[in-house]
Amino acid sequence: MGKQLVKVIGILIVALALCVSVVAKAADAPAIKVGAIFAITGPASFLGAPEAKTAEMLVEKINKEGGVNGQKIELIVKDSGTKPENAISLAKQLIEEDKVLAIIGPSTSGETMAIKNICQESKTILISCAAAEDIVNPVANYVFKTPQKDSDAVRRIFQVMKAKGISKIGVITSNDGFGMAGGKQLANLANLAGITIAISEAYDSKETDLTGVLTKVKGQDVNAVVNWTVTPAQGMVAKNMKQIGLDVPLFQSHGYGNIKYVQAGGEAANGTIFPCGRLLIADQLPGNNPQKKLLLGYKEDYESRYKEDASTFGGHAYDAVLILVEGIKKAKSTDKEKVRDAIENIKGLVGTAGIFNFSSQDHNGLGMDAFEMLTVKDGKFVIYKN
Amino acid sequence: MNLPQVVQYCFAGVTVGSIYAIVAIGFNIIYNTTGIINFAQGEFLIVGAMLAISFNHFVPLPVAIFLAVVVTTIIGGLVEIVFIRQVRNASVLRLIVITIGISILMREAMLHIWDEKVRSLPYFTGTGISTVTILGAHISPQVLWVLGVSAIIVMGLTPFFRFTLTGRAMRACADDRMAARLCGINDRWMVTLSFMLSAGIGALAGCVISPVTQTQYDMGAPLAIKGFTVAFLGGLGNSMAAVAAGLMLGLVEAFVMSQFDVAYKEAVSIVILLLILVFRPSGLFGKREIAAMRAL
Repeated sequence: MGKQLVKVIGILIVALALCVSVVAKAADAPAIKVGAIFAITGPASFLGAPEAKTAEMLVEKINKEGGVNGQKIELIVKDSGTKPENAISLAKQLIEEDKVLAIIGPSTSGETMAIKNICQESKTILISCAAAEDIVNPVANYVFKTPQKDSDAVRRIFQVMKAKGISKIGVITSNDGFGMAGGKQLANLANLAGITIAISEAYDSKETDLTGVLTKVKGQDVNAVVNWTVTPAQGMVAKNMKQIGLDVPLFQSHGYGNIKYVQAGGEAANGTIFPCGRLLIADQLPGNNPQKKLLLGYKEDYESRYKEDASTFGGHAYDAVLILVEGIKKAKSTDKEKVRDAIENIKGLVGTAGIFNFSSQDHNGLGMDAFEMLTVKDGKFVIYKN
Repeated sequence: MNLPQVVQYCFAGVTVGSIYAIVAIGFNIIYNTTGIINFAQGEFLIVGAMLAISFNHFVPLPVAIFLAVVVTTIIGGLVEIVFIRQVRNASVLRLIVITIGISILMREAMLHIWDEKVRSLPYFTGTGISTVTILGAHISPQVLWVLGVSAIIVMGLTPFFRFTLTGRAMRACADDRMAARLCGINDRWMVTLSFMLSAGIGALAGCVISPVTQTQYDMGAPLAIKGFTVAFLGGLGNSMAAVAAGLMLGLVEAFVMSQFDVAYKEAVSIVILLLILVFRPSGLFGKREIAAMRAL
């Protein structure tokens, strides 16, 4: 008898507590749920870890300043481990269980392509932090992306090559989404630029040494090598080229924008040329550059909080949050369709990757000028000058 | 292909082959004592390299590597005492599954301790761009270090297992644990010793290859798979055969790469492994009779 009484009282107390907490919550405006899927671990952790940190930092800042339209943002961060199959189940979970307004990420092109249709069909806004052009071409209504287009990166590289009189190149890419997409763009645009790709090879994204594939490239007497990947191979390639005596200029993709790769490459990294957003050289920009203030602000916040160098990848997540918040503000609503329409009409929004001008045909919103050509000098990034 | 090019491909093959070989050696030690394959061997490598990288901030490189090897050896012993020893009715299969669990556990622990970033030890001699030129082709001096260290380990291990009392006692445990115990061998401590030894050697291997391969928390598994392939290819338990098989596989991969798309090289190494498993289960250099006896 006594035991049962205790039970009943216990249940009553729990029920009461639940009621109180529900009431307490209702007093505030409900938080806007935003999902985030990043490759925090796994081979693309270089991208995902700073992205997750940046998104958390920025959302915290926005909430501290009163949120969006008086509503706080609740960011639900998930780690995909750089696996597309994880991204799929996480996306379904975020959409069906958490009922999020939008998903930020994933970090890699392969993962983004895996969930593109899921988001489109469930009318969940997806703002990807991955580079491949296929994400927004063809345009899916609800899918956007923040990094610059890889075709623009290729165009900028070819411009520099022409200025340097380079006509015959070797291309090596990692065999993942980013590498394959880049390889495709290089092949498509080479003819137009009057550049011959003498050899194009894909290596495993977990490769521990590239001397073999570079030996093959060396056999073709190329004037330059282009390496297209986001994996640690970026640090290795410069060393391996020097080790086998392949003394031609090395171009890398915008995936190279992390000083860690330069450190991993040691002195061999000097002279590497690559297209990149302006974050890394923000302090070298002229004072009238519209991005300078935002870039320096982000860099300072990130570096003082996390005690590590900011990278352009984190910037992609920054832009994604920025765009979503701007869309919600403009729509004055958290209705998926209205926010989507508002994002499509954003013009002149200054972000870390460039100045975003979206339209119904352009869900990336960045042009070729979003890229600056950089090079490595004495282990540091500097603006490349012909 | 002209001569320097052929030599260059050979060097590329030797570079990856030497890495496979030094990883493979660690598998053999535990196999020699317990008859199991330790799938956490790759993680021992990475733990060793990570420790050395951290220690290197405070002490010179040789001391850092020495400390890393000592600490990893202790970790290896603890792993055995905490996980392997507690298993009752330990069948080979059960123990192997446990080592897979250990490898996942260690990987996650490393992610939390050292985060996801890629690190590497400095080159032992010269820098990332120094090379040794032979016959018009170039090779990094670090590869010579890897080969040299493998050679020293093998030269130490082979007599150890063949001639010393402890080494022979360890091998006896693999052959017949009960019989070994009846002879007065402390089989439990022999197994612990084998884990310590292979962890220590794994750590040393991890340090030597770190400048070439770089070190990241999740690199252990792919390295271990290649190392396992090579250990099997050479004949399990035989370290000298592992080095030969490692170099051979590296060279085969390099020449496949020179003639076909790079993607085919993985396929070739898997096909070789399958052929060996079917036609010479004792490995290239193993004795058929021994394999037949093991099967009984």
